[in-house]
Amino acid sequence: MPKKSITIALAGNPNSGKSTIFNNLTGTRQKIGNWPGVTVEKKEGHLKANGYDLTVVDLPGTYSLTAYSIEEIVARNFILDEKPDVVVDIIDASNLERNLYLATQLRELDTKVIFVLNMADLAMDRGVKIDADKLSELLDVPVVFTVGNRNKGTRELLETIISVAEAEIELPRTRRVYYGKDIEKAISELSQFIKEKIDTELPYHLRWVAIKLLENDRIVKERVSQAGNPQGEAIFHEAELQRQRLREFFDEEPEIVMTDHRYGFIAGIVKEVLKTVSESRVDVSRQIDQVLTNRLLGLPIFVFFIWAMFQLTFSLGTYPMGWIDSGVGWLGQSAGQILPEGLLRGLIVDGVIAGVGSVVIFLPNILILFFCIAMFEDTGYMARAAFLMDKVMHLIGLHGKSFIPMLMGFGCNAPAIMATRTLESEKDRILTILINPLMSCSARLPVYILLAGTFFGARAGNAIFSIYALGIVLAISVGRLFRSTVLKGKVAPFVMELPPYRAPMLKGLFIHMWDRSKIFLKKMGGVILIGSVIVWSLSAFPRQVQFSRDYEAETARIRAHYDHGIAAAQGNDLGRLVRERDEAISALETLRAREKMERSYIGRIGKVLAPVFAPIGMDWRGSVAMLTGFVAKEIVVSTMGVLYAAGADEDEKSEALKLALKKSGMTPLSAYAMMAFVLIYVPCLATVGVIRRETNSWKWTAFSITYSTILAWLVAFIIYQGGRAIGL
Amino acid sequence: MNLNELKQGQTASIVRVGGEGPFRRRLLEMGFLRGTEVYVEKYAPLKDPIELILKGYHISLRVDEAARIQVENVRGEE
Repeated sequence: MPKKSITIALAGNPNSGKSTIFNNLTGTRQKIGNWPGVTVEKKEGHLKANGYDLTVVDLPGTYSLTAYSIEEIVARNFILDEKPDVVVDIIDASNLERNLYLATQLRELDTKVIFVLNMADLAMDRGVKIDADKLSELLDVPVVFTVGNRNKGTRELLETIISVAEAEIELPRTRRVYYGKDIEKAISELSQFIKEKIDTELPYHLRWVAIKLLENDRIVKERVSQAGNPQGEAIFHEAELQRQRLREFFDEEPEIVMTDHRYGFIAGIVKEVLKTVSESRVDVSRQIDQVLTNRLLGLPIFVFFIWAMFQLTFSLGTYPMGWIDSGVGWLGQSAGQILPEGLLRGLIVDGVIAGVGSVVIFLPNILILFFCIAMFEDTGYMARAAFLMDKVMHLIGLHGKSFIPMLMGFGCNAPAIMATRTLESEKDRILTILINPLMSCSARLPVYILLAGTFFGARAGNAIFSIYALGIVLAISVGRLFRSTVLKGKVAPFVMELPPYRAPMLKGLFIHMWDRSKIFLKKMGGVILIGSVIVWSLSAFPRQVQFSRDYEAETARIRAHYDHGIAAAQGNDLGRLVRERDEAISALETLRAREKMERSYIGRIGKVLAPVFAPIGMDWRGSVAMLTGFVAKEIVVSTMGVLYAAGADEDEKSEALKLALKKSGMTPLSAYAMMAFVLIYVPCLATVGVIRRETNSWKWTAFSITYSTILAWLVAFIIYQGGRAIGL
Repeated sequence: MNLNELKQGQTASIVRVGGEGPFRRRLLEMGFLRGTEVYVEKYAPLKDPIELILKGYHISLRVDEAARIQVENVRGEE
């Protein structure tokens, strides 16, 4: 009975066209998640072929399996521990020599391997021809040709995968790298030693374990001490003796000598299988780079691309955002009409629909933004962007690739933080995530416009600009601080390949874009939903408020007062009276809403917290506004509208709210302190959700919330108290 | 001579990669081996990093990283 399900692991160098092959194999039936315990992305897809259920796992792209980076450890552990039926190594045919390095390491793992020579057409363009039969013979591995971006060779690859998985073949033990007399002697002596010491079966092939111990591989050492206790120490001692001997002999670390031997072995293969058939034609990619990374033109072009991306994301995005907004509004209204007045209606309309609606509205932005980023990545421009900006980002101890997420933060932090997935180093990623909210997003702008417009008059523009600048300065300082404390460690080396430019595939772009958006919708929906309901509950309860005045009776009195006159009035008088009545009623309604908010739980919390906010120049109303701003910054303006008794429907341009603010005892100084606070503390619930998702850790999420709130308070404190001290 | 001292358009052969363990090993795995030819394609507009061509592919390194790579037999345009 043959096995009916097959697991395939896709391995390969970054930029080898691995994801294209993955997409070709699995289509849209993909599942994206994280590898357990780390933030490296795991992609899995399923398909059926020839009566088999195939599971394809896309391993992280790596140049090697040395276990220095998380990606390498993840890829290697999957092959060793999950024991996929077949490992498919995607080899960029136009870059054979370096790609074969990973291939020889995969061969050493003693699993069933298939080599895929991808993009052989490109190699032909470069004037080289690869003898696949020879390569197959030399390494004793089946070789398949594919052209990923034209979906060529996919069928043949599938057939080969199935036939290799089916075959009950003994794995070939020959035709591996020969490390030279001295190292081979050390390998066999160490293998012998391990065999004698450990009678239980080691999970891995003996020769491989010996090689890895000679290379001083941390992960393998851990495994051996787990399996071979208490003999582990003796084995490590023997391995260290052998290493010492080799080190003295070569005057070099053994792992370095072994790397040299692998490349020597590869050079031999390349010599046999690679034929130069014609003089190299023009290198188009190199010519494109003469312009795009040109000393003079490179940066302006980069700025233009970023500008275009912003325009596309936030200008084009406004239209669908408007549709979604009215859709959500309509939904709320309909639900309001269907549901009976009461708790359930409040929960559904003001809690769930309004709360989730405030997040769903970002979907168009996210779709467009990720389409642009997918373009940058799939064409190969992302690496150039990093090349251009690395010097700047290096000031904060970050990689050039962090520039794009940081910049996107000015638009919206949620997708910007999701864009950190393009960073390879986990520390870089976490640092970029932590300082990203300091890039002032567009949702905070209405708050600035309201406060600066009210208190700074003609200098409002300068005040707002200085807030943006403050965010950047803080991001740099905080970044440097974290880099030397909580995220200590070396800056990731900038060893980065600049892959040849490629025309992006539409299918790939859409898969890329949709995956991100799906994550956003699914995961954020949960967090946002809970958060909105909590904030709604806090402001809706207690249901029965003991008002200081009987608003209903007063409303009835106003109505009675006017209705008599209205019934008798005619023409202009009628209009005037109706207007007067409605204004009086709405003023009363506003007062009622304010008192309700004041007496709700959130109002009470605001009052309790008032002493905390007092040193930074805010009264209880300010503190309530900041609390509701935790959900989304747009809410701050409407909360202030309610609390400063100007009506909930106020926006940042409302004259009534401005007047009310001026009368409330706020000064330009306290307004500026509040702007700084809004800039620095947690941007919104959606961002918190994304941080949780992307760091894969509640610890970092809590850290982000805590540090930003404390920093916000400190900066506001310095501004407010400092300003007062110098008499502002 | 070290790799960071090369000018745009120059070629040299690698003698030795210095620096600490992981960095050094990573470079060797990427093909920075003794005797390998390396061509300086260009410096970034802000003078850092450097774009190199090695074993037929393009790779970039920071200037201070290139400073740890010893080269010899420098030739090409001045």
